[in-house]
Amino acid sequence: MIAYIVRRILYAIPILIGVNILTFLLFFVVNSPDDMARMFLGQKHVTEEQIQNWKTERGYHYPLFYNAEEKGADKLTKTIFYTKSIRLFVFDFGRSDSGRDISFDISQRMWPSLAIAVPQLIIGLLVTITLALLIAFFRGTYIDYWAVVICVALMSISSLFYIIGGQYIMGKILRVVPISGFEDGVFGIKFLILPVLIGIIGGIGSSTRWYRTIFLEEINKDYVRTARAKGISEQLVLFRHVLRNALIPILTGVVVILPLLFMGSLITESFFGIPGLGSYTIDAINRQDFSIVRSMVFLGAFLYIIGLLLTDISYTIVDPRVRLN
Amino acid sequence: MNYISGKNNLSQPDYTLNHPVNSRSTIFIFILVIFMLHACSDSAWNNPYPNDGTDNNAEVIYSSFKERPKRLDPVSSYSANEYQFIAQIYEPPLQYHYLLRPYTLIPLTASKLPDVRYYAENGVLVDENAVDSIVYSEYTIKINKGIMFQPHPAFAKNDQGESIYLNLTENDLNNIHILSDFENTGTRELTAEDYVYQLKRIANPYLHSPIAGVMRKYILGFDDFRKKVSETYPNSNEGWHDLREIKLEGVDAIDRYTYRIRIKGKYPQLVYWMAMPFFSPMPWEAEKFYAQEGMEERNISLNWYPVGTGPFMLTENNPNLRMVMEKNPNFHGERYPSEGEQEDRAKGLLVDAGKVLPLIDKAVYSLEKESIPYWNKFLQGYYDTSGISSDSFDQAIQFSSGGDIQLTDLMKDKGIKLETAVTTSIFYKGFNMLDPIVGGKSESARLLRRAISIAVDYEEYISIFANGRGVASQGPVPPGIFGNVEGEEGINPFVYDWKFGEPKRKDIETAKKLMVQAGYADGIDPKTKKQLVLNFDTPAAGPDAKAQLNWMRKQYQKIGIQLVIRATDYNRFQEKMRNGTSQIFQWGWNADYPDPENFFFLLYGPNSKVKHHGENAANYSNPEYDRLFEKMKNIKNGPERLIIIKEMTKILQEDAPWLWGFHPKAYSLFHDWYKNVKPNLMANNLLKYRRVDAESRAEKRLEWNKPNYMPLVYLGIFLLISFIPAIIAFRKRERSSMK
Repeated sequence: MIAYIVRRILYAIPILIGVNILTFLLFFVVNSPDDMARMFLGQKHVTEEQIQNWKTERGYHYPLFYNAEEKGADKLTKTIFYTKSIRLFVFDFGRSDSGRDISFDISQRMWPSLAIAVPQLIIGLLVTITLALLIAFFRGTYIDYWAVVICVALMSISSLFYIIGGQYIMGKILRVVPISGFEDGVFGIKFLILPVLIGIIGGIGSSTRWYRTIFLEEINKDYVRTARAKGISEQLVLFRHVLRNALIPILTGVVVILPLLFMGSLITESFFGIPGLGSYTIDAINRQDFSIVRSMVFLGAFLYIIGLLLTDISYTIVDPRVRLN
Repeated sequence: MNYISGKNNLSQPDYTLNHPVNSRSTIFIFILVIFMLHACSDSAWNNPYPNDGTDNNAEVIYSSFKERPKRLDPVSSYSANEYQFIAQIYEPPLQYHYLLRPYTLIPLTASKLPDVRYYAENGVLVDENAVDSIVYSEYTIKINKGIMFQPHPAFAKNDQGESIYLNLTENDLNNIHILSDFENTGTRELTAEDYVYQLKRIANPYLHSPIAGVMRKYILGFDDFRKKVSETYPNSNEGWHDLREIKLEGVDAIDRYTYRIRIKGKYPQLVYWMAMPFFSPMPWEAEKFYAQEGMEERNISLNWYPVGTGPFMLTENNPNLRMVMEKNPNFHGERYPSEGEQEDRAKGLLVDAGKVLPLIDKAVYSLEKESIPYWNKFLQGYYDTSGISSDSFDQAIQFSSGGDIQLTDLMKDKGIKLETAVTTSIFYKGFNMLDPIVGGKSESARLLRRAISIAVDYEEYISIFANGRGVASQGPVPPGIFGNVEGEEGINPFVYDWKFGEPKRKDIETAKKLMVQAGYADGIDPKTKKQLVLNFDTPAAGPDAKAQLNWMRKQYQKIGIQLVIRATDYNRFQEKMRNGTSQIFQWGWNADYPDPENFFFLLYGPNSKVKHHGENAANYSNPEYDRLFEKMKNIKNGPERLIIIKEMTKILQEDAPWLWGFHPKAYSLFHDWYKNVKPNLMANNLLKYRRVDAESRAEKRLEWNKPNYMPLVYLGIFLLISFIPAIIAFRKRERSSMK
């Protein structure tokens, strides 16, 4: 298995280079280094000299990919792409264009994102799996029918509606939680209730429906029939046999998103004023801060690759028949 | 299972449990305790602020910021969200009087307004009116004694009088993560050298001051200084650039409390710059302190932790969440103004006359990116003031039968008050004067521009898209600034007629006649024999913009012109403006200072964007206008200046290089516990004048935010009941499978 993991990590390198090139191209198609300088220096009274100085100080005075004026390897190394990308591969994100340490900012902003994402994931899983099991239990009845209708309705509503509606009802009408904000420590729990609740409710429709399908697929298999024939109660059949076997697709779907949890959610963080990583990238795009954008995209891609690797490993844990070669 | 045990201690009661505790019970108890503690506190459940025991009744102002300020260094900060903070922390020598109108400059740290002298060749003193013979002007500024900087580690000294933190090594910084990790702080007296140092910072090419381009035109020796800095410090990243030893010819300290600025020729607008944070003092110790190795790596920089003499100091800077300013204990005891406009006393704006500023202890700014949560929290009393977004306009404002604006009953019931002011800004549509169709000096192009000026109905635009919050412009100068003439005399006679005591836009037939005279009868281009097609460049995007752009298209259609919208991103838009490839564009300008020069220069020929990289985006050029501008900018406000301004305005109205657009009107709501509110569109250091009735606010917050949890209880009961049939069915099925 170790050989498999090493091989997968090596496969990740060209993927990350590809992602990096793509980010680079997309960013500089929209923004030129001059645009970035103007955005940073402001709109009024900016001179060409200031723009050139700003670019030189931050290494944006080089050509993008190929420096024809240099000799030898410098033709490739004295370029914006090389100088801004190479250190990413040792996770040295460097400084943002406004001078902040990106690693420090990430380390600060990941915790609020996690504070929302982790309870949302755990409680959401418990709720949706329970509901899906219940629906599976009542399969073919009016409960099943209406549950599916409600799930589809919940899926059809925009997440923005849940957020604005949740803030309006819970924060404004009932006044039981703050409308938005964030705090560290125990006092901060009351700020998490609403975003976590909204996240769970917003995800109930699609997750429950998906898990229901998985359970129904399992419920009709031979081993379930055998278990029933042995006289085991339906409760035990569902929780001991069906749930355990249905966990394989559920678990693999969950594991792949685990590393991405701390990347945060843009809309939730924006509406609730949560200082997480979700808004970090968007703020950077709006400010045309390439250093942050490329760091976050690189990190996102890396974490996704890790997520996929963990998924593969988790297969071997939950299903002993699977072997990684 | 979680086992908690502990040994008995006779001196203390034993709160530990010696039996197993179910983890679910622990979580439940934990949550219950939190809710009980919260229920026992005297703040509402939905209070978004930490209940630290001081906030409820302390003199605290609660506000917000939408976006993290990019910089908090007076040398480079230039945007409103940065001034919101640094203008309270840094003190330039002058400021605007809070209450008097027209805007009046008064001393802040200076003991009086600058003493200005004008010199001809060979240093001969001349009169200020001898503009042609003035070679240079000299501004002498005397500052008050005894002004101290805020407590800061850069000033900390040991018993021997040596600086503690100005020669740090990497090891010394091992346990330092934020500024407050430095144990000691100190202060020192403000001197003239601190102002000189800041002016040198403006000239420092590595600090990219946005006003360096303006100042280099005036301050003597500015370019030489930049060159010397580049030679002395060829690498921008090599630590502290000690500017004290490099001489800037036009700026020097005469004595400990007096400094002098010498500028080329005459530039009366310099005094306005002296009221902006750019001209605030900067202690060299602060620059040296932040430039030490290891500081930047820890994000400890002047951009993050300002050092000033102002009424407030930034004590918490977490721009991802909250920024807090607290009263500077070393503030020099400025007092609330004792004079104002006639109605100010009646409005209660002089109640605090003579009181020592600031009138509050603290200001808490929370990050609030979206307008909906902000508005709801304002209504709950958690923010003291609010603007009015389009979403909430109808909730806040209603129009009386006479067309007057008034607050809705909801606002009145909460005691919310409204202040309005026409901003010193202009949103205009410009014609690129380099364009062969709409630009140039030909009569045909001029008539075409005038026809469009009539056709585009800005009164309708303001009514539809700005909820009536704006005033259609008659020329470039906004109301409140010298040169804006009100009444019949002030209207643009090419677009308006004076009827029934107000300006009335000329009818569309007039515009059509102008089109005929311009050679575009019915909007047909004689060259192509087809409908005239004009291009409109805009960075506007989104659904709101789409409605506005459709409206704009219809305005042009009224005179037979087909308008093609070329929406693009702001970068490309700016590029088009720089290259002069646009035809019609939209832009705006916010006044830097209350002088007509700051608006007329937007159409001054030598300031054109394409040729001179200036702010004249229309690339308008008229020798007579330019001659008048040069004359006008050097004259004091008075009848002579007004005559020139009227002439200039007439030229502009005739040439119509802009559709004059409108001056937006700012609407500001505030709760009745928030005192001393008077719009002042020039001053940025207004926080020190504000006062709050914290007791009233605390009462209102509790009254408005009583939790209503019964619907949740009912919902819970409903859910429980709805599960009963499911449970019954489940049991039935269980029993049947057993059988």
